[in-house]
Amino acid sequence: MGENYEVIGKSVPRIDGVAKATGRAKYTGDLKFPNMLVGKILHSPHAHARILNIDTSEAEKLPGVKAVITHRDVPSTKYGLSPARWDETIFCIDKVRFVGDKVAAVAAVDEETAYKALKLIKVDYEVLPAVFDPYEALKEGAPQIFEEYPGNINTEIHQHFGDVDKAFAEAYHVRRDFFSGQRTYHSPLEPHVSIAFWEGPKVTVYSSNQSVHYLQYHLARVFGMPMGNVRVLKTHVGGGFGGKLDPTGLDFAAVKLSQITGRPVKMLYDRKEMFYNNRGRHAQYMELTTGVTKEGKILGVHANFVMDGGAYTGLGVASAYYAGALLTVLYDFDNYKFDMIRAVTNLPGCGAQRGHGQPQPRFAFESHLDHIAEDLGIDPLEIRIINARKPKTVTINDFKVDSYALKEALEKAREISGWREKKGKLPPGRGIGVGNGGFVSGAGYPCYRTDLPQAVAIIKVHDDGSMATLYTGAVEIGQGSDTVLLQMAAEAMGYPLEKMRIVAGDTDLATHDFGAYASRQTLMSGWAVKKAGEEVKNKILQTAAEMMLVVPEQLDVKQGVVFLKAHPEESLTFEEVARTYFVKYGQLIGQGSYKPPKLGGTFKGAAVGTSPAYSAATQVAEVEIDEETGEIKVIEAWDVHDCGMVINPALLHGQVHGAFYMGMGESIWEEVLFDEKGDVANGNLAEYRMPTALDMPPVTSELVDSIDPNAPWGVKEVGEGATTPTMACLANAIYDAMGVRIESLPLTYEKVWRALKEKREKEKA
Amino acid sequence: MQKIEDRSETKYYLITLKVNGDSYTRAVKANTLLVNFLREELDLTGTKKGCELGDCGSCTVLLDGKPVNSCLVLALEAEGHEITTIEGLSQNDKLDKLQEAFVENAAIQCGYCTPGMIMSAKALLTRNPHPTEGEVREAIAGNLCRCTGYVNIVKAIMSAAEEQQ
Repeated sequence: MGENYEVIGKSVPRIDGVAKATGRAKYTGDLKFPNMLVGKILHSPHAHARILNIDTSEAEKLPGVKAVITHRDVPSTKYGLSPARWDETIFCIDKVRFVGDKVAAVAAVDEETAYKALKLIKVDYEVLPAVFDPYEALKEGAPQIFEEYPGNINTEIHQHFGDVDKAFAEAYHVRRDFFSGQRTYHSPLEPHVSIAFWEGPKVTVYSSNQSVHYLQYHLARVFGMPMGNVRVLKTHVGGGFGGKLDPTGLDFAAVKLSQITGRPVKMLYDRKEMFYNNRGRHAQYMELTTGVTKEGKILGVHANFVMDGGAYTGLGVASAYYAGALLTVLYDFDNYKFDMIRAVTNLPGCGAQRGHGQPQPRFAFESHLDHIAEDLGIDPLEIRIINARKPKTVTINDFKVDSYALKEALEKAREISGWREKKGKLPPGRGIGVGNGGFVSGAGYPCYRTDLPQAVAIIKVHDDGSMATLYTGAVEIGQGSDTVLLQMAAEAMGYPLEKMRIVAGDTDLATHDFGAYASRQTLMSGWAVKKAGEEVKNKILQTAAEMMLVVPEQLDVKQGVVFLKAHPEESLTFEEVARTYFVKYGQLIGQGSYKPPKLGGTFKGAAVGTSPAYSAATQVAEVEIDEETGEIKVIEAWDVHDCGMVINPALLHGQVHGAFYMGMGESIWEEVLFDEKGDVANGNLAEYRMPTALDMPPVTSELVDSIDPNAPWGVKEVGEGATTPTMACLANAIYDAMGVRIESLPLTYEKVWRALKEKREKEKA
Repeated sequence: MQKIEDRSETKYYLITLKVNGDSYTRAVKANTLLVNFLREELDLTGTKKGCELGDCGSCTVLLDGKPVNSCLVLALEAEGHEITTIEGLSQNDKLDKLQEAFVENAAIQCGYCTPGMIMSAKALLTRNPHPTEGEVREAIAGNLCRCTGYVNIVKAIMSAAEEQQ
């Protein structure tokens, strides 16, 4: 990487590793407060029904029950992501819209009593016709789920850049394909938990969540409270993957129940309820038309998509925009049309899941591109190299892409996977495939309209200089942000990492930050941390200069030692300088704030997909198919990532492993299923089939050199981008192995078996 | 086993469980799960609850050295057995080799599966000190991890096994 760094660029063990390995790490569900009650939510048994009456009197009489609440007891303020689609209330008021919708909640002395109380709540429903398929929902005469979405159209997007029709007319070859994706669910191992308690006018909420800021914002807005009277914090979080970004019913209900009872209330979802809360990946239905030259250069693309949004919007409107917005980034073309309808149905609401809206379109486009390459007789990897975006370019939809090493990633993946020796030369039943992906390194704009900075950080050096604490609102959910941000702070300060502590994800005790989503923290929180560290460093150098009777420019500080650059043996310790600063000027504090410049164009939806920096990734995978049973074995996978400067390689490669793992699950096994009534049919971790250690192949994770000019030290994202190529690379490998294309995710054994049977029958005939 | 009834005729049983070498006597209901006994009665919250159906392995503890899902074991059934939880693995702040290996090999991300994963690995290395990679994968196949793809977990267990030699 050229530069000589002291702390960053090194695989230091994560700072919470020992606490987690010994069981000492407390997650929200591990917390207990004196006099604490247990709360539970009553969920709708119907997919679509009018609420005629709710009678809570029997439940209230049950000994041990301390409060029962319905929509009558809470504000009817609607919430969601964008004001035009605020469509959810704490509890259903007139209608329930999916099996699992929130109807009432209880607080009781223990869980058993709370469950008993739920059974005593009598709700009279008038069952209404329900619709579970987006195409059915869009038909004339379909049951209307929301008044505000006529025809069940929740979001409609029509964007056109350049002239696609002209591009198709001029193209040597135009191809159209249709693919579909499935509903998947994040399934973090830690279920959602929320604990609330009040002190006077102020409520404190411990929540297993990805953004303490957004949760504070939603709670304050819905309950009509000043944000300062809502404290949201988290302890260790057991995984998020996008599912802990939208607020849950637990958060709102716990706040109200604890207010009524005057006692702490703890609420958690069981596994089935996790699937009800959902906010997982949308099923998308994707028609793609692409025109290319004889040489394989893409001239124009038309993406015509429909997505099943489920019952409520939340972050789902952003998913709809992301689905098309980021298709323009990887390959350079001048004509693009994106049409999207997000339909509402009577199923749990969908939202953001790792790669937000983008992984399925990537699966579709990369599969489509393989067909185009085959039509033209070009190697699939080669057609990607031909079209790969170059650095310092602007996409047709106005995203400025400064660093971009997709071409280098493709070339390296070709090398390390042995592509040339394998492609077309593997024995029957074996196949190799390639897929590309990438992501934003933080969304250019916050989730709601505000001029707040993206991130603020404060570093406070202890009075005697023996320790320093980083305060950040960034949220550690397992990805390693606490460790990475401390490495950045120590590097910027010239201080040893071992002496650093962190206070993070607490709206009272830490600083403002929008939290863990859109792969933003290394870049955005990192900018604030770097600036805060540099302010501390400047103060140290200034004070040391006064002590050593030199000017600050003559000094530098590294690993806790301040020294004369010309004579490094003349030095002071950081500690003594910091102590002197404290005595002379008061607390030694550095502060940093980051807000990106104005990004993107001016058309409707132009903000979605903007980012200071874009990652790129290539994955290659080799599979083996059992032609008798359809069973798929992933034999090996290779990932090459352009993720800018790497702060902690071990953590980074861990992200790649996990991203490939999750993408592999979604490619072959994972799918949320429903029964005929619209109830989740596989809402548990056995039948929602996530890969085990026996399914996981060896993964080689490699990097290409790249430094982004818009990022602290040149960093970019990795956690989400690495999941976006996976479905396509496996789909293409499976196609290579069997010679027939399965166009719908997941690529199950059964679908493979059926496709092969059909192929054999065709060949016989 | 001594039985007590409360006013609503709910029966409680007086049991003594040996956990991490110490004995604890508590009155529990017949349906009290071992995982809830450990977490609620003894505040041993290192044992996690992920599904309460025996699917995820987050609540894995050792019962006489064998890994069990403590959400599938009744507290009553555990009487007379030696129970080891993640808290019992490190001695006086000295980490077990497996715990060290998990930290050093970046085998931990969100950490929610970690205690259960380490307990399953502990049981494996106790009965088979030199496992093959395939044996390691089989031993942890009942422990789901959503973060790591198991890559570094397998690496950590293999390295702890090597160190034992």
